[in-house]
Amino acid sequence: MQRYLFSRLAQSLLILIGLLIIVFFMVRVTGDPASLMMSREASPESIAAFRHKMGFDRPLIVQFWDFLTHVVVGDFGNSLHFKTPALPLLLERLPATVELATIGLIMAMLIAIPLGLIGGFNPGSSIDSIGRGLALLGQSIPNFWLALILILFFAVKLRWFPSFGRDEFKSVILPAFVIGLPTMGQLVRMTRSAVLEIRGEDFVRTAHSKGLEPRVIYIKHVLRNVAVMLVSVIGVQYSYMLGGSIYIEAVFAWPGMGQLTEQAIGWRDFTLVQAIAVFGSVVVLAINLLTDVAYALIDPRIRYGD
Amino acid sequence: MAKVLEVKDLVTKFYTLDGVVHAVNGVSFDLDEGETLAIVGESGCGKSVTMLSLLGLIPSPPGKVERGNAFFSGGTGRCDLLQLAAPELRDVRGGQIGFVFQDPISSLNPILTVGEQIAESLTRHLGLTREQAHRRAIKLLEEVGIPEAAQRYDSYPHHFSGGMRQRVMIAIAISCSPSIIIADEPTTALDVTVQAQIVDLFKRLRDMIGMAIIWITHDLGVVAGLAERVLVMYGGRVAEVALVDDLYERPQHPYTHGLLGALPRIDTDGSRRLVSIDGTPPDLLIPLVRCPFAPRCAYAFERCWEEIPQLMPAGIQHQVACFYDIERGGPRSG
Repeated sequence: MQRYLFSRLAQSLLILIGLLIIVFFMVRVTGDPASLMMSREASPESIAAFRHKMGFDRPLIVQFWDFLTHVVVGDFGNSLHFKTPALPLLLERLPATVELATIGLIMAMLIAIPLGLIGGFNPGSSIDSIGRGLALLGQSIPNFWLALILILFFAVKLRWFPSFGRDEFKSVILPAFVIGLPTMGQLVRMTRSAVLEIRGEDFVRTAHSKGLEPRVIYIKHVLRNVAVMLVSVIGVQYSYMLGGSIYIEAVFAWPGMGQLTEQAIGWRDFTLVQAIAVFGSVVVLAINLLTDVAYALIDPRIRYGD
Repeated sequence: MAKVLEVKDLVTKFYTLDGVVHAVNGVSFDLDEGETLAIVGESGCGKSVTMLSLLGLIPSPPGKVERGNAFFSGGTGRCDLLQLAAPELRDVRGGQIGFVFQDPISSLNPILTVGEQIAESLTRHLGLTREQAHRRAIKLLEEVGIPEAAQRYDSYPHHFSGGMRQRVMIAIAISCSPSIIIADEPTTALDVTVQAQIVDLFKRLRDMIGMAIIWITHDLGVVAGLAERVLVMYGGRVAEVALVDDLYERPQHPYTHGLLGALPRIDTDGSRRLVSIDGTPPDLLIPLVRCPFAPRCAYAFERCWEEIPQLMPAGIQHQVACFYDIERGGPRSG
């Protein structure tokens, strides 16, 4: 177990270093940062002065080392737009995004897992058809379009929910549903096929041949193995939802990291974009690490490292 | 000898998208207490389905037991397994009839400890507490020859080799001292040396517990040293049943002849070619109206194409379902 965790941690660190390199150089190769950041009317002299002030005239490798040593202690530099450190700006937006993704995931799981279980145990039943329909819709509807339709119907027409912002708890329902829908679709399908697959496994036949009660077989032999298969999907989906909420936050004016990303790109606030990219990656890596730990806890084959 | 199991005219069909698969077409046999009966035949001849049908273990749908009786005389008196309600049948499964399956790799749950998988049968049928079941499971692991059984209780199946896993399966099957163990090709997935060990283990346990064994196999070599009687199946029917020596010396069914001819032997000089049986196994999608073996049979005559042969006496404890008498070289009388 410790060896497994250690190797996972080491892998994550390696990926992080690779990410830092990519983020740093991507920002540099898209053009001269100094002239991009200054206004169009700026004189060549003031651009040069700015370039020197920001240290952009130093060799890239030196700049990268500078970047690296600052990032390690959480210093991403000042936001060009707000003129304040970038990290606190991010952290301020983090709770809104976490709230959105978490509630979206919970909604998805609460709807998808029961549907998938029922569908898997009763393939061809009417609930199974509903689940499969939902899976298809969830994975094929473009979510920005769905967001607009839902706003039109539930916010403008029925006035059940606010159409944008994060002023009351109800506000989270529509965006969370939209962000959770693709996950819901995938989870229904995964749960259903996992149940069907595990039910047909030889060890389930063995359990039946031991005369165990069906209830015991479902819970102890089928569901636990289904859970193993779902954990990794849920982890990956959660990290997507945390990192991929840019459209949805934009459509619902949800004040999270996605919205900040969109704005920072518009402002050409490249220190902020850089900070968001790095921070977002760290979040994804952390979730993946947690997923691996959860995986190891329920699956002995991984726990004992074979 | 008292009969522990009497199967009469068992019919099992599978209703698939391709049509009705006639998997078992009227199989009858019986089993004495403590007897070892081998069931041999090609893949798809209905050996496994017959056994799974008896205990309601065929996947249903699409499978369905259409007809038949299976009188079982266990600890609680005589009953027809095919008529039992689900809860009573569950009491029999694992409690009075144990199962050992072919592939020990996939037959154990990968995320439960082997000890737990033995213990759950004990708590279910013998009403033991967790603690008692734990102790008994360790004893069972010792009995099936697993070293350091106490430590091994908490191991997971993937820690074990194929042979060891099969030993665990056997420990599960014998855990409640059943009257019958049904072993469905228990050595097929194992190395040859391990096969011999598993066969020896079965013999030892049989002497110790005294249970009857139904040993499903397509390996006639393994059968010779283990079984008392052999039942040959073909096309979902019983082709021949005889005491093991009698069957090897005087095979009466042309199919049994073919099977024995296809068996490699170590005591010949090697110039003898292995004989294969021409043709392919019967298409079970077609309902049976004639001898299932007729299309592949060198001796088939008119009658074989017109009616299904029933089992006919062909010696002491020897029955064969064939209209042709190989020994006399002509149609069987009667």
